[in-house]
Amino acid sequence: MAHCHGPDLTETIKGDKRIVLAGNPNTGKSVFFNYLTGLYVDVSNYPGTTLEISHGRIGSDVVVDTPGVYGISSFNDEERVARDIILSADLVVNIVDATNLERDLFLTQQIIDTGIPVLLVLNMMDEADRHGFTINVELLSELLGVPVIPAVAVKKIGLSELKDNLSLARPGNVTPGVQHLLDAMIGRVANKGEALLLLEGDNIIADRHGLEPGEYREEIYSRRRERVNIIVGYAVEMDSERKSFSQTLSGLMIRPITGIPMLALILFGMYKAIGVFVAQTVVGVTEETIMIGMFEPAVRELIGEFTALDSPLGQILVGEFGVFTMTFTYVLGLLMPLVAGFYFFLALFEDSGYLPRLATLVDRLLTGMGLNGRGVIPLILGFGCVTMATITTRLLASERERIIAIVLLGLTIPCSAQLGVIAGILAGLGGQYVAVYVLAVFSVLVMAGTALNALLPGNSSDLLIDLPPLRVPRLDNVIRKTATKSYNFIKEATPLFALGALLVSVFQLTGILKFLQNLLAPITVGFLNLPPEAATAFIMGIVRRDFGAAGLANMSLSSIEATVALITITLFVPCIAAILVLFKERGKKEAAIIWGGSWVVAFLVGGMVAQLFNLFGQESGAAAPLVMVSFIFMTTIIAVVCSVVKSRKRKSIVV
Amino acid sequence: MTLDRVKKGQSVKILSISDGLMRIQAIRFGFAEGAVINCEEVIPAGPIVIRRCGQQVALGRQMAGKIDVAIN
Repeated sequence: MAHCHGPDLTETIKGDKRIVLAGNPNTGKSVFFNYLTGLYVDVSNYPGTTLEISHGRIGSDVVVDTPGVYGISSFNDEERVARDIILSADLVVNIVDATNLERDLFLTQQIIDTGIPVLLVLNMMDEADRHGFTINVELLSELLGVPVIPAVAVKKIGLSELKDNLSLARPGNVTPGVQHLLDAMIGRVANKGEALLLLEGDNIIADRHGLEPGEYREEIYSRRRERVNIIVGYAVEMDSERKSFSQTLSGLMIRPITGIPMLALILFGMYKAIGVFVAQTVVGVTEETIMIGMFEPAVRELIGEFTALDSPLGQILVGEFGVFTMTFTYVLGLLMPLVAGFYFFLALFEDSGYLPRLATLVDRLLTGMGLNGRGVIPLILGFGCVTMATITTRLLASERERIIAIVLLGLTIPCSAQLGVIAGILAGLGGQYVAVYVLAVFSVLVMAGTALNALLPGNSSDLLIDLPPLRVPRLDNVIRKTATKSYNFIKEATPLFALGALLVSVFQLTGILKFLQNLLAPITVGFLNLPPEAATAFIMGIVRRDFGAAGLANMSLSSIEATVALITITLFVPCIAAILVLFKERGKKEAAIIWGGSWVVAFLVGGMVAQLFNLFGQESGAAAPLVMVSFIFMTTIIAVVCSVVKSRKRKSIVV
Repeated sequence: MTLDRVKKGQSVKILSISDGLMRIQAIRFGFAEGAVINCEEVIPAGPIVIRRCGQQVALGRQMAGKIDVAIN
């Protein structure tokens, strides 16, 4: 196991005292962290996980952030990392949401039970007020046995009080009935914290000491829960449930009758903002005017000083697919504005609390595809970056859910860069072609999902998701997230694009491109009814699908040709970065199957659309609706067959 | 009765949770055995949304079927 020798990171971050920030998700920890550490913050990857841990300094002490968790145990990567960092702390600053004390104080009491000095920060006191809670801060502090600081982080209330009072942190009152269990265990391990987790049956801690995990988890958890409820009962007065606007809105988002139209409206807004405004107006300036109009001629002039532009080297560097021209024009001029637009919306979703509500809304649909509502989160993140989303499938509970999500991501979800280009092209085609595109890709998603659900062994887990209060996202936070993610996009995409440009240029110069075009011609020309040059886009698409889509953007295609090409490139193989992650996460065999399967599905579905248009008459107005009806028909048949297979299998297990 | 049969707006007391991992998660979230919860939303054939104090949680239908409750 990766953690056997203890966490490296917790040993490498050194300071006089180690101050650790801990709390549930969405409690506003980052504001306190940024205030305490100032500008100089290091972000490092926690060994063996994909989690990034920030740490900074306050005087000679070090401050370490932890992932938001509901408790420390070994349920998932977040908890394991939080557990290791908290256990290595000299003092813990525990940030809790004052509107949700019954839940948040469970973690608080668990940290107190580890014997580490704690300072409690009651954040969002203003919201607690609005919800009708009155919190007796002094009594709360007395009952827990640790100092309590009320705060409203977003209004900068309580920040300096926290900084000034860090030294007041002290060990609190251990949950009644747990102390004697701890006393019996404490001689056998390094400290009280490890003793506690061992009693709670944490098998990683047990492994480290070569001991058997304890069997007191439920007993200790129940006692702790009881203790927390008593404390909250004494220290918090609740006005009878006031129904706020955000609660009403939350209900509307979850109920299908109102939730689906709201989702449609949000998606339409995104399409208008990104597909129309960014893809046309903004990109018109960044790509046409700045990159093609100013940047490319300047680079050509510069390179022209050293080598003739029509020489092979000149062609490779600044020709049609030039490493210095096409790479930067595509990455900075075309994709960057689109990617930033998507990340802006994703940050809004994340910060407002919409994602868990969306998960609840679509749970029913996703259970048919072997996922639960939580599966919508990697799928949505996939619209940002499929590579990153593939990693986040780790948050899904079972292996079969992970496989299903990864296949759907690789096959049907276009990443932001690609979708931006696609939305830009679609916007010029007209409504019925947009509908054909969306319906064809969505049908493949449903068909692949239901088929996998029927074929893969086992059963998927059920939904259990926390719905945090809806909040208006803070613009500075949203912009910071957008900027960070867009920067990472440039960093990751540029070398791959340069590689792609180099490859295509070399292929073109050596005649391999023509050869491949001819090789693919029976499919691209014969089956997909596309011009032969379209093959270039697919060859480019092997490197990155957005690269391929960008190639299509510069070809003149009829509406039907464009629709077919876009459907094919969407379903085409995931980009090189995503494939590398796929190899790492799923192994050679599965990655190869997914990659090869994408070729087949992409050309098969694209070809079907082209042939259906042929069949129904390209010029007739009824062609597009008839194509759509055919896809709905196919999806229904597959869904029915799959549900029969699935229920047969279930019956055979029962019998 | 099990939680998946509760109607919107009803207040129920949790009697037992038959799934082990679920029981642990429930203790953390604050709706352990003995807790009184409100059913806020029932999505047709979908999840059940419950609330206890400020805490709102969506539960899958199958999971809700493993939770025994009594009308409060």
